[in-house]
Amino acid sequence: MIYNITRNQGKKRQVTHTSSSKYLNFKKGFSDGIPICLGYLSVSFAFGVFSVSNGLIPIEALMISMFNVTSAGQLAAVPIIISGASLIELAATQLVINMRYALMSVTLSQKLDNSVSFLNKLLIAFVNTDEVFAVASSKSGSVDKFYMFGLILSPYLGWTSGTLFGALAGDILPSALTNALGFAIYGMFIAIVIPEMKLSQSMSVCVLIAVGLGCLFEFIPFLDGVPAGFVIIICAVAAAGIMAIAAPIHTEGELADTKHPDVQ
Amino acid sequence: MKTPNFLIYLAVCAGVTYLIRMLPLVLVKKKITNRYALSFLHYIPYAVLGVMTVPACFFATGNIITAFIGFIVGCILAYFNKSLLTVAAGASLSILIADIIITYLL
Repeated sequence: MIYNITRNQGKKRQVTHTSSSKYLNFKKGFSDGIPICLGYLSVSFAFGVFSVSNGLIPIEALMISMFNVTSAGQLAAVPIIISGASLIELAATQLVINMRYALMSVTLSQKLDNSVSFLNKLLIAFVNTDEVFAVASSKSGSVDKFYMFGLILSPYLGWTSGTLFGALAGDILPSALTNALGFAIYGMFIAIVIPEMKLSQSMSVCVLIAVGLGCLFEFIPFLDGVPAGFVIIICAVAAAGIMAIAAPIHTEGELADTKHPDVQ
Repeated sequence: MKTPNFLIYLAVCAGVTYLIRMLPLVLVKKKITNRYALSFLHYIPYAVLGVMTVPACFFATGNIITAFIGFIVGCILAYFNKSLLTVAAGASLSILIADIIITYLL
């Protein structure tokens, strides 16, 4: 996760675009988004397979990806939808799982230049994923709306089409393959969490607390009735809350020097 | 799957996700500075991913043994900072191989 907590960029000048700069910026955004798109193709493919093997039909998997554009949230949503659990549980689960996007949006809002209107922001917010945020944050200076439009387009196409392919393929792939692919999204989560635990002892403690609590909910007879969505919320909030107080991170100036790996 | 119910689930799911992304982007002009809020937000994504992964991933392949093998392989690859794709593909591949071996040995 790259928290680009930069100092205020100072005064923002009014930006105007020629038609060629509009196109060039869009093209640059689109091409910066292509690596993201390729990464998304494989992950969304696994999500498509996962959805279908859990009982959704391909069009449903596609719609989930088209309207959510997030891996962890979508993964948690599928069992909740399949089991017919309450909308409250779904909403609360999505809130906690996707909470990090709130911070990314706050940070991204500092990065956008004057050309980005309120309506533009409504569109950009829709595809403000971890990777899109990370790439936008890494650009020097501010970014304009045409760049952002390009940056969100290629990943969006990758995420949605990958889901569709996975959902369609999931029906015809042999079970050995779908079983193996069923693990792929978890592999991705592992790829994100382990390096961060390596970087920070307090992060390791946090994850272990969350996992430990999660196991309690899974294996203790009294607790295993708690719905999956709420288990995620309770364990994650408790672990993060404890560590936020016990081992708060360095702020502003110090944080600017630390580097964190990307998250999807 | 009852489609009308699905659309309501979809609307709630997408709505919450979108609002979390959209509201701060359009409303917030100042940065969050509270150290504890920042810390909480720093820890929460990894806590979430952690609890979503373990112990659920062990039930993801239909066979706890192969899932556990995939988990170990994934952790090792991730420990050496391999890419998302490498870790996910490596873990999946190890499961496939283990699955085939187990199927033909038993």
